[in-house]
Amino acid sequence: MVGPMSVFRSKAFLLAASSSVLLAGAGLAQEAHEGGGESHSAFPPFDPATFGSTLFWLLITFVTLYWLMSRVALPRVGGIIEHRNAAIATDLEKADVMQKKAEEAGNAYTAALAKAKANAVAIGQQAKDAASAAATERRKAVEADVATKIATAEQQIAAMKASAMTNVSTIATEAAAAIVERLTGVAPSEADVRKAVSDTLAG
Amino acid sequence: MAEAQAIDPIHQFQIYPLTEKMSLFGVDISFTNSALFMVISLALIAFVMVYGTRTRSLVPGRLQSLAEIFYEFVADTVTSTTGKEGLRFLPLVFSLFMFVLICNFLGLIPGTFTVTSQVIVTFAFAMLVILTVLLYGIARHGSHFFGLFVPSGVPAALLPLIIPIEVISFISRPISLSMRLFANMLAGHIALKVFAGFIVMLIAAGGWVALTPLPMIMIVALTALEFLVAALQAFVFAILTCIYLNDALHPGH
Repeated sequence: MVGPMSVFRSKAFLLAASSSVLLAGAGLAQEAHEGGGESHSAFPPFDPATFGSTLFWLLITFVTLYWLMSRVALPRVGGIIEHRNAAIATDLEKADVMQKKAEEAGNAYTAALAKAKANAVAIGQQAKDAASAAATERRKAVEADVATKIATAEQQIAAMKASAMTNVSTIATEAAAAIVERLTGVAPSEADVRKAVSDTLAG
Repeated sequence: MAEAQAIDPIHQFQIYPLTEKMSLFGVDISFTNSALFMVISLALIAFVMVYGTRTRSLVPGRLQSLAEIFYEFVADTVTSTTGKEGLRFLPLVFSLFMFVLICNFLGLIPGTFTVTSQVIVTFAFAMLVILTVLLYGIARHGSHFFGLFVPSGVPAALLPLIIPIEVISFISRPISLSMRLFANMLAGHIALKVFAGFIVMLIAAGGWVALTPLPMIMIVALTALEFLVAALQAFVFAILTCIYLNDALHPGH
């Protein structure tokens, strides 16, 4: 990029220089011809007649510029940049602290969550234990109740059975007495009949 | 006269008074077109650097961004060439850089005057830099400053040869510093005017009008190049100033 550019530049410069000599000559000749009064013999950028005024105004403008820059602009811009860098640093620091806080909060949350979970499990377990204990108790009570009822029922059955058996022996005795009386025509004594029946029933 | 102006590439460097003739102790100090553009440059720089930063915003606007870019650019240049202590010269380097830069760019606007195309201006700047280097160097390092002319590690037998070379190279600094900027601006502006003059001449020549786009294309290309040169020369001036100031801060090779 630099190579072709500088070639181009030097070509342009040569062209400019050679052309300018011709054109300057023409221009100056014409101006001298028309202007007459003023002398423009010197090449303007080298004309010492203008040096005084140029230097004077350069001094004024440059001193003003230097004063403005060194007293106002540069301290201000430097201050702005410094202030910004400080603000960025403080903000980053703050963000760091905040992030740590957030992390702590996150950790605390996780811990609280774990604790709550453990609590929940414990409470659940307790409830389960209590419920199962209650259920066992009730089952036992019901079982006891049922056992009592069964026992009562069995007693009743036994009583009924006994009473029924008593009835059976009474009927059997009467029937046996009746059968013996019909067959033999003699009424057997009731005690004999009862004895015979109970012997038979007993096996 | 008008035609002469159009084809005379030197006329743009003509300095003429804009007001009544003024003089101070017999020296002509009339307010000229050159002075006008110095004042315009000053006003532009002040506008960006002072007006643009008036709000001191944490989040900068356009003008303040521009001011900060200039500041950081020059401050980086100064610190990278002279180190942190070179920042005491930041106002000088900054003022020089901005003044040269704005004058160079202003000169690219057709019809304006290029302050930096005057050898006396660039020479004054160069002398300012060299005198600053000399005075600060001597004030800070005393006679040790002249060690600048005696490179270390050179055999004693070669010193009679080396010292004059170093002295000459030091003395030629203001000349090269001023000539580089002045010649670049002068040549560029002459080249632009010459090609513009070709167009006028081709039109005047009648049948050659068809060729006028050629110098026009050259003008466009040259204008782009001149923008590059305007910025580059301001930067070169600033960085050379820094390098010379570095000698004052740290003499001895």
